[in-house]
Amino acid sequence: MIYFDNAATTKTLESSADMLKDILVNQYANPASASKKGLEAEKLIRSGSKVIADIINCNQDEIYFTSGGSEGDNWAIFGTAEGYIRSGKHIITTKTEHPAVLEPIKVLESRGYEISYVPVDNMGYVDISALENLIRKDTILVSIIFANNETGTVQDMEKIGKVIKQKNPETIFHTDAVQAFGKCNINVKKMNIDILTASGHKFHAPKGSGFNYIRNSIKVKPLIYGGGQQKGQRAGTENPAMVAALANSAEESYKNILEHSEKVREVKKALWEGILSNIPDVSINGDSIENANPYVLNVAFKDIRSEVLLHALEEKDIYVSAGSACDSRKKALSHVLSAMNVSPELIEGSIRFSFSRFNTVSEAEKCVAELCKVVPMLRRVQRMRR
Amino acid sequence: MAEKVLIVKYGEIAMRGNNRHIFTGKLVKAIRKNIDSEGDFYVVKEQGRLIIESRGTEIDFDRIIPKVMPIFGIIALCPGIKTEDQSIENIRSLALEHMKELCSDKTYTFKVETKRSDKRYPMSSREVSADVGGYVFNNMDNLSVDVHNPEIVLNIELRNDAYIYSKLIKTFGGLPVGSSGKAVALLSGGIDSPVAAWSVAKRGVEMEAVYFHSPPYTSEWAKQKVCDLAERLACFTGSIKLHIVPFTDLQLYLLDNVPHDKLTIFLKRAMMRTAQIIAEKENAQGLVTGDSVGQVASQTMQGLHAISAVCTMPVLRPLCGMDKQEIVDIAKKIGTFDISIRPYEDCCTIFVAKHPETKPKTSVIEKIESKLTELDSYIEKAIENTEVVEY
Repeated sequence: MIYFDNAATTKTLESSADMLKDILVNQYANPASASKKGLEAEKLIRSGSKVIADIINCNQDEIYFTSGGSEGDNWAIFGTAEGYIRSGKHIITTKTEHPAVLEPIKVLESRGYEISYVPVDNMGYVDISALENLIRKDTILVSIIFANNETGTVQDMEKIGKVIKQKNPETIFHTDAVQAFGKCNINVKKMNIDILTASGHKFHAPKGSGFNYIRNSIKVKPLIYGGGQQKGQRAGTENPAMVAALANSAEESYKNILEHSEKVREVKKALWEGILSNIPDVSINGDSIENANPYVLNVAFKDIRSEVLLHALEEKDIYVSAGSACDSRKKALSHVLSAMNVSPELIEGSIRFSFSRFNTVSEAEKCVAELCKVVPMLRRVQRMRR
Repeated sequence: MAEKVLIVKYGEIAMRGNNRHIFTGKLVKAIRKNIDSEGDFYVVKEQGRLIIESRGTEIDFDRIIPKVMPIFGIIALCPGIKTEDQSIENIRSLALEHMKELCSDKTYTFKVETKRSDKRYPMSSREVSADVGGYVFNNMDNLSVDVHNPEIVLNIELRNDAYIYSKLIKTFGGLPVGSSGKAVALLSGGIDSPVAAWSVAKRGVEMEAVYFHSPPYTSEWAKQKVCDLAERLACFTGSIKLHIVPFTDLQLYLLDNVPHDKLTIFLKRAMMRTAQIIAEKENAQGLVTGDSVGQVASQTMQGLHAISAVCTMPVLRPLCGMDKQEIVDIAKKIGTFDISIRPYEDCCTIFVAKHPETKPKTSVIEKIESKLTELDSYIEKAIENTEVVEY
């Protein structure tokens, strides 16, 4: 199997899976318990949050464990809206966000919030001067995706953070870093990030794990109320096993992050160069190999229906994605590529290859070989239909 | 000792003379298949009905009834009480208990009807009705008697055991599967074809299904959708055999060799031929399609003529005169609608022309087709590589 769909989800590291099982079976006490077993479990949580805090340069008590990206984004958006209800009702975001950000924001819009969308250029970069102009006194939240899930475009977070805080220091800066955590260096202080959302299964931790970083001095309301866990910010019995597995996968991702990136970039480069030199009428959606996140390659194949190409590759045991996996079963065109002004015909033929450090250049070469066979065949049929 | 049982009444089979035991046997098998996962049950034949009893625990009607309900050949289900002790004292008190449980919320009119197959019973049917009716009436204060139009009929049946019930749940009716031969239905994954297969199966026709799979143009999800439809249909018919025919090569051959605007007609003719060969192999006597006249380009009378011209066996089109909404209503009722609307493309639409021919001439189609020398070998190959799944 060649698995080039790592932006959809990743394989859980065996060491994390082992850890998960071992703790579930042998150290299953509730961290809220007053007993010494409870304390042992609590310590697992503390050491997990320490690992993550060190990676993104924040305090340990600013890490809150969640069920993943959707919960994290929802919490950031609804929690900020509620916490800052007296400061204003203006929110800024982009049209290239994940639905876990766009949909909650639409809900807020229906509740009377005013939403501004910062335009992006044809590579998916936010227009920073337009952002600056949009920020007002009553702008309570700016939510901008760190690395795009469909194209791999990575925003200049440092610059964006600076612009926001210069214009209005009260505005909360949230980022959906689901595709960035584990792949990019993140420094929340330097980047002026107030809330950061990450999801475990995108960096080789189990599905159903994730965390939000929430800066200590800000007042975000909880999404889930109950037994007062996690300083009353996120109720629900804590899961020490999951936290340990999450932290282990995070640590493994960052241990040799530059090495990983370079390795993955080689895979991406081999794939793109193979495609480009063998198949006519192809283009990259997003920035160049050098500049974009090496973990994602989004290619538009002219006169191809991406869904058919996906199935043709799956017959060869190669797994890729058409659009983002979360909504590839809907018929709508990718909103991300549309926002980048990619033509509908090319969006129809766009395939996302997404990598992990476990992929190899030889896998990329095999994939190119299959593409060379299958793309001309599919194109012949597609062109006959016109 | 009294216990709750589900009484299964069946209709038209009773008229089928000597074959009756075969059909009741099929009915028992279908019921067993549908309820086996719900617990441990006896299904007992008892003079013109079937009795479902739970072994050990009390029967849970809310779970069992929806499972038994779809089976063709059953006309009604009656949740009731069974007792061995047929003494009038016992019948009285069970009847009272039953009525108290059933109608405590408001006032009701009722009557008692008794059937007695054990003619040695010391009282006549009429006497039992009067006795039990009087007893129940005197011990409850929200009942009045109405022998002509009662809201509740309290039934007492004295057979090998005694049965008491009052609620009669109407089912889908129909005939038990297998009582009217066998047909092969063409299932596309859309809304119509499962409804068509269901309608014909309802009349006692054993059903097999054919699905044309065209990877990579249609996905595994589309195939799974058809498998799920077949599985749903099997709830009604007891079982169903699904033939999954790989059709990509044949479709590409047609795409290369016929006028594009007529492609759908040729494709459907090829499907009919293929289904017919499968039907012959499986000893079926007909085909079933979900065609509704005028719905899409190939469903004009001219289109249907051109398609049917290749068929030597009868093609049943039970939806031919129905509007879409009528079909949707049935699909919802039989639980196929939610499966059918999953958004995967089926093989009929993948290469379809923007403006397909609506008035094909059969003679023209046949003339073009006579030049498709490799068509038969493509069909043969497709049938050879067919995957069969049983539900």
